[in-house]
Amino acid sequence: MASKVIQAIYNDDDVLMLAVKRVKEAHHHIEEIYTPFPVHGLDKAMGLAPTRLAITAFMYGCVGLTVAITMMNFIMIEDWPQNIGGKPSFSFIENMPAFVPIMFELTVFFAAHLMVITFYMRSRLWPFKKAENPDVRTTDDHFLMEVSLNDNEDELTRLLVDTGAVEVKVSEKH
Amino acid sequence: MASIILMIVGILGIGYGFISSPSTVEEAKAMVAADAHHGGAASHGEESHEATTTHHSEASEDAHHEASASHGDEAAEHASHDAHTLSKLQNRPWAAFLIAGFFFFMIALGALVFYAIQHVAQVGWSPVLFRVMEGISSYLFPGAVILYVFYVLTAGFHMNHLYIWMDPNVMAHDEILQLKSGYLNVPFFLIRSFIFLAGWVLYRHFVIKNSYAQDEAKDNTYYRKNFKLSVFFLLFFFVTESIMAWDWFMGLEPHWYSTLFAWYVFASMFVSAISVIAMITMYLKSKGVLEFVNDSHLHDLAKFMFGLSIFWTYLWFGQFMLIWYANIPEEVGYFITRIEHYNFIFFGMLLFNFVFPFLVLMNSDFKRVNWFVMIAGVSILVGHYMDIFQIVMPSTVGELWSFGIPEIGSILFFLGLFIFVVFGALAKTPSFLAKRNPFVEESKHFHY
Repeated sequence: MASKVIQAIYNDDDVLMLAVKRVKEAHHHIEEIYTPFPVHGLDKAMGLAPTRLAITAFMYGCVGLTVAITMMNFIMIEDWPQNIGGKPSFSFIENMPAFVPIMFELTVFFAAHLMVITFYMRSRLWPFKKAENPDVRTTDDHFLMEVSLNDNEDELTRLLVDTGAVEVKVSEKH
Repeated sequence: MASIILMIVGILGIGYGFISSPSTVEEAKAMVAADAHHGGAASHGEESHEATTTHHSEASEDAHHEASASHGDEAAEHASHDAHTLSKLQNRPWAAFLIAGFFFFMIALGALVFYAIQHVAQVGWSPVLFRVMEGISSYLFPGAVILYVFYVLTAGFHMNHLYIWMDPNVMAHDEILQLKSGYLNVPFFLIRSFIFLAGWVLYRHFVIKNSYAQDEAKDNTYYRKNFKLSVFFLLFFFVTESIMAWDWFMGLEPHWYSTLFAWYVFASMFVSAISVIAMITMYLKSKGVLEFVNDSHLHDLAKFMFGLSIFWTYLWFGQFMLIWYANIPEEVGYFITRIEHYNFIFFGMLLFNFVFPFLVLMNSDFKRVNWFVMIAGVSILVGHYMDIFQIVMPSTVGELWSFGIPEIGSILFFLGLFIFVVFGALAKTPSFLAKRNPFVEESKHFHY
């Protein structure tokens, strides 16, 4: 049970990436990394499972497409056929080209918005939430790696300083 | 070796196509009548002559002549219809030749444009693929020569009726075309074609000379030269490509115009070329000569294939929907021919060009799997052949089209020539790695 963590602060993303690889090689458990911007390849280096957000995006897109088709079919064909530009109004398939932009837009709309909402829920983010990052500098120009401690403080501190950390401190896990 | 066999078979096919095309009105009528008796083609008659054609095919030739001889006007109409049928049938092998010839030419040209874009953007990821792109673009010169000879025969010697505006009799009776005659005339047409073909071939010559010279260079002089050259080439290309699309393809239907047509042709060209780059890269890597190419390079090429397939569909639909919606007679005629007589090709190509690559290449991991990219590439190439087919055929052969020996022969011939030239050039490449390119180290370590 890791109730205590050690926090190492870096000021360069390349140094951080190399440090992550060394810490992983030494079989320590990285709890979390806080960065001011997304660092390319960090998720793979940390050994995080690949995101499933893309799959949800595909499903949301399918939902959006279905909504668009059902909606257009009901509004324009079944409920109240309208004569627009002399186009046949009683057949969905004959009117289809006119509906494609709406089908496209709603697919994108559903995929984008629902994906963002999913991402917020999955990351447990909501309005007025108190910030989780342990050091405000990680929103500016520093990178912070949290490694769980199992009574190996000295060893870890040495390793982390060796990897180029500018600051290493032990803290309670929140 | 296989390429030479393909070429020989192709030449035989093309030759058969030219020999079997009718040379007289009587033969043409016999062919149409024979088709009609087979059953399928009865409904293929010309729109305005639908009733008469059906009648014509059911009645015997003599009876038909007697009947029409008694009505003077009708006879003249029939004669002109028959002449029209003849010229359409005679067009078929020419059109088949043009379609396949342009299809492989545009692959080489698209690869060259992609290559120029890499130089202008000073990319870090792709220098390991430069030799593949250069190899594919080597078909540009033979392709351009063949097309130019084709256009000299077409425009200069009037050996076919692909472009009706080149026929002085048509021009004399068509007031709309007379207004366009300042642009649509044979000398200017040939001069334009010459200028842009020569420009593209020259750019290719110099850029590849510099690229090889850069391999042995001590500094980046040749790299910088290629940057400048490519900037000017791209400026030149996007103007001339538009003119090419108008001249060679929109000119087949000189009354019709679409403002995004040039982009539409370009989208076809670009996505086919990048598919071929990816396919040849995979092939060469499997032969063990491109050991420095990794999954990430393939992934990026597949992303281009995916994105550009959607881009092509966007343009296809953008062109189709606006004209379909507005329904203005002079514009919509273009699509009516295609939907009535080419329905399967016109809508079927969406499956090959959009639905299939879209679904196969959507997943990020699939873009790294060789055979997934390969089948997507094959689908894209088949689809874009269909695309060029439905641009050319309806305007030249019309409802009398079919897909047979002239078409397959042309494809085989140009495929054989393409493989022969491209792999010949690749075999002569001094080194498969552009080894003194300033970004080559970055490219080798490219990792997505």
